[in-house]
Amino acid sequence: MATAGGNRTSTRPLVEVKDLTVSFNSREATVQAVNGVSFEMAPGEVLCIIGESGSGKSVTLRALMRLLPKRRTVLSGSIRVGDYDIGALTERQLTAVRGSVVSMIFQEPMVALDPVYTVGDQIAETVVRHEGCSQKAAMERAFQLLQVVKVPSPERRLKAYPHELSGGLRQRAMIALALSCRPSLLLADEPTTALDATVQIQVLILLRKLQKELGMGVIFVTHDLGVAAQIADKVAVMYAGRIVEMGSVRDVLLRPSHPYTLGMLASTIRVDRSRDMEIEAIPGSPPDLRRLPPGCSFAPRCRYAESECTASVPTPTAIGAGHMACCFKAGSLTQVVPQAIIA
Amino acid sequence: MKRDASVLRGRPKLDAVPPGDPRDRGGKIQPMLVVNGLRKYFPVRGGLFNRRTGSVRAVDDVSFVVLKGETLGIVGESGCGKSTLARLLMHLIPKDAGELIFDGEGVGEAHGLTLTELRRSMQLVFQDSYSSLNPRLPVEDSIAYGPRVHGMSRAQAKEVARELLEKVGLNPGLFGSRYPHELSGGQKQRVNVARALALSPRMLILDEAVSALDKSIGAQVLNQLRYLKRHFNLTYVFISHDLNVVQYVSDRVLVMYLGQVVEIGPVEAIYTRAKHPYTRALLSSRLSMNPDDRIDEAPLAGDPPNPSNPPSGCRFRTRCPCAEDVCAAKMPTIGTWVDRSSHLAACHMEDATSGHSRAGSAPAAAALDRAIAVPANL
Amino acid sequence: MTDVTAGRGFAASSNDAPALMVRGYWRTVGYRLRYDHVTLFFALVIVLIALSAIFAPLLAPFDPLKTSMAYRLKPVGFRNFLLGTDELGRDMFSRLTYGGRMSLLMGLTPVALATIIGGTLGVVAGFVGGGINMLIMRTIDVFYAFPSVLLAVAISGTMGGGMSNGLIALTLVFIPPLCRIAETATTQVRGLDFVEAARASGAPTRSIIVHHVLGNVLAPVFIYASSLISVAILLAAGLSFLGLGVEPPTPDWGLMLSTLRQAIYVQPYVCALPGLAIFITSLSFNLVSDGLRQAMDVRI
Repeated sequence: MATAGGNRTSTRPLVEVKDLTVSFNSREATVQAVNGVSFEMAPGEVLCIIGESGSGKSVTLRALMRLLPKRRTVLSGSIRVGDYDIGALTERQLTAVRGSVVSMIFQEPMVALDPVYTVGDQIAETVVRHEGCSQKAAMERAFQLLQVVKVPSPERRLKAYPHELSGGLRQRAMIALALSCRPSLLLADEPTTALDATVQIQVLILLRKLQKELGMGVIFVTHDLGVAAQIADKVAVMYAGRIVEMGSVRDVLLRPSHPYTLGMLASTIRVDRSRDMEIEAIPGSPPDLRRLPPGCSFAPRCRYAESECTASVPTPTAIGAGHMACCFKAGSLTQVVPQAIIA
Repeated sequence: MKRDASVLRGRPKLDAVPPGDPRDRGGKIQPMLVVNGLRKYFPVRGGLFNRRTGSVRAVDDVSFVVLKGETLGIVGESGCGKSTLARLLMHLIPKDAGELIFDGEGVGEAHGLTLTELRRSMQLVFQDSYSSLNPRLPVEDSIAYGPRVHGMSRAQAKEVARELLEKVGLNPGLFGSRYPHELSGGQKQRVNVARALALSPRMLILDEAVSALDKSIGAQVLNQLRYLKRHFNLTYVFISHDLNVVQYVSDRVLVMYLGQVVEIGPVEAIYTRAKHPYTRALLSSRLSMNPDDRIDEAPLAGDPPNPSNPPSGCRFRTRCPCAEDVCAAKMPTIGTWVDRSSHLAACHMEDATSGHSRAGSAPAAAALDRAIAVPANL
Repeated sequence: MTDVTAGRGFAASSNDAPALMVRGYWRTVGYRLRYDHVTLFFALVIVLIALSAIFAPLLAPFDPLKTSMAYRLKPVGFRNFLLGTDELGRDMFSRLTYGGRMSLLMGLTPVALATIIGGTLGVVAGFVGGGINMLIMRTIDVFYAFPSVLLAVAISGTMGGGMSNGLIALTLVFIPPLCRIAETATTQVRGLDFVEAARASGAPTRSIIVHHVLGNVLAPVFIYASSLISVAILLAAGLSFLGLGVEPPTPDWGLMLSTLRQAIYVQPYVCALPGLAIFITSLSFNLVSDGLRQAMDVRI
């Protein structure tokens, strides 16, 4: 699969995922959370995985660090990050990789930060653990990191506990913690969903800036198309555990091909359209992951569905350079999204 | 509690409510709800005996009007007091000061509406969370609870519940006996709406009704709400932090910041010619779907200040690009509201007599855009 | 294929939610229990113990009170004595089955009474809040401060021992934890949105408690109460052991353990039997209540 940006095809991709399948087994049912996901990402690129609840995006992200519950999870397929084959690492090797090569930030900073330690202590702990320097040096680094993420009065905040910080500051502290060991890949699981609009834009701009400065790859999971438009280089749209469309951000958002992407864009609130008209909502709701419908998972809700759609699962079809969609009608449905949507 | 069953004598009709609603007391001119000087301070307790050391000024001197048949959108970020406001309007928490007048009659006063009557006129739709429906009751029982409390027989209430389920788009045979944990988020939200409508209210307050839902499901629910508003001749107060949704559903919009109203006006005016610096910053923080149209600098830096210790004078001045000394000295007033086309902002730049250097001059709005992203002090 | 009429998106949602979701709450609990073999086994044990206690007159081959000087402390399987005899020549098997009645009674009754009394106090305290809450809960805390065994012994001893005093003492010991559980659960439930919605529809307090609060509070209270049964059985046996419970010659496991204590070097297996009975009963209740708790913890 060609990566975005022709001059980067010679560089080895930072992340290579092939045929990732994750299912959760319990006695009652087997939940097929991820069904055959494959993608690549170049170093220093921002990939946004867009999907709604139940699409498998968070599970995919956690599979990249093998953060899923061991007993119930069945994971197959290959995952490579940098020089590491994530699937083959032992627990100890995995612990060494987490935080130093791959790092993650979460939606709820109060969940990710330990409430009984100060922010400075937590960042320093990670630095000491992975780089083996002294506590003093680690604290110095923590101070620098807080400056980098634009936390005001960093000396004071180093000694603060997480609950003493506001939501936006906590999020920044969590980003500082994630960046403390200069990872080459940052995983972000909806870090701005719980933030107000004015704080969200600050955090997104900060992430973009840091990503450029550090040359990090970022995989950003979100349900908000606007977030993808703001920071992504590449976009993958997931539905029911599969990637249904992937390509550069301009390709997917301005020239969408898959009916689901089209539906999502059409159901966003349009600025120009008369308020007397109804929103074109996608009917129905996402399928139950314990009982996926045969063939294309989106077929029951798709206005273009035909008999071949329920007969077999569509395979990736190339539409343009680096742009693919999993749809039997890919290419024939392409419409340029009217400017009015994107005001 | 003496139940007033007289209003519910006979089965309430769930057919469309005609414009000449028999419950209407004042006609079209009279506002549905008048809010005057509403205030609610929450005590901050500390010290040895849990003494009151301060107050969180959740809602501070809020006044506005809701006209009949309109949708008033209330926007603001976290901590602005909009959820507290919703509960104050519903009389779920007692107010510290102010008055609420529903269709010309005060609430709780001697000759005004009783609380029971208010409950039947005004209802609240909660944000869909796991706790918005009783997990032990099938959803039709949850919906039927309200009418039963007001004296309807069990069979009738169940009938009403099933009709409402159908009106919100859920097949009563399939969904009526289900428990909340067997429903998806969008379905639970429809049940919430049905529950609110069970008492045939005239006004609905929707507190972040679609915020927790996926965008595509939320779109379905919004379409639903639009249909129900026409069918039942309702008035909506739509509270949300999502500016795009508010723009779509509202006729007029009210913007709140730290417990106060900072701007109010018709929706097109607010979204195209916002007057208050906070509103403009909020609008500029919206993300566009166009990857070529990225925001490079955050319109507003920092976080909102502490609601228990707000800045003196104008509460927005610590983040406002145009703040001056007068902003710290005097709190701006919002002006006098006249009718549905009034567009007012609580800002010294709007008030020609305030002493602000940019007061009363037309370029004030344009100057704001240039001054954006450089806060006076952080 | 769905029919997508433009705009009527909301009506099409009736196609949602495949039939997999329709299994009710209790059926899910039953389903989970079906595969929990440990719980099922010990539930069977409880049933057997209960049945043997209820049908003791039919099961017991001998009169449990009939002494016999000739056949004192005989071993297991001696002649017709299935499990041997005690120090006064009475058949152990008969005494054990009759003793089961006492132990189960002394175990279940205090817990049942304490659930009713403590539960009510806790719900009232939790719902009303404020000063009444403080009054009730701080009083309860005073009782809670004492170790349960000491408290039971103290109360029972002061009242003079005997079965009914023992019951009263045990009930008083179990009221504080149940009250606390009920109060915590009620306080939590009271703050949830659906209770606010019930208030918003104008419901009176009594109706809200009955329809909305109780249903959600009873589950944690019952589960906790069921876990207390095993403790109650142990405590009741302890009281009898100390001579503060049932009076001789009524068969009771704790009492039997006490009187057989001296003969333990003579017939160790026979003398250990009452202790074994207490252990098995208490363990069974413990494991079953645990299994029930896990099965009932059905979330979304």
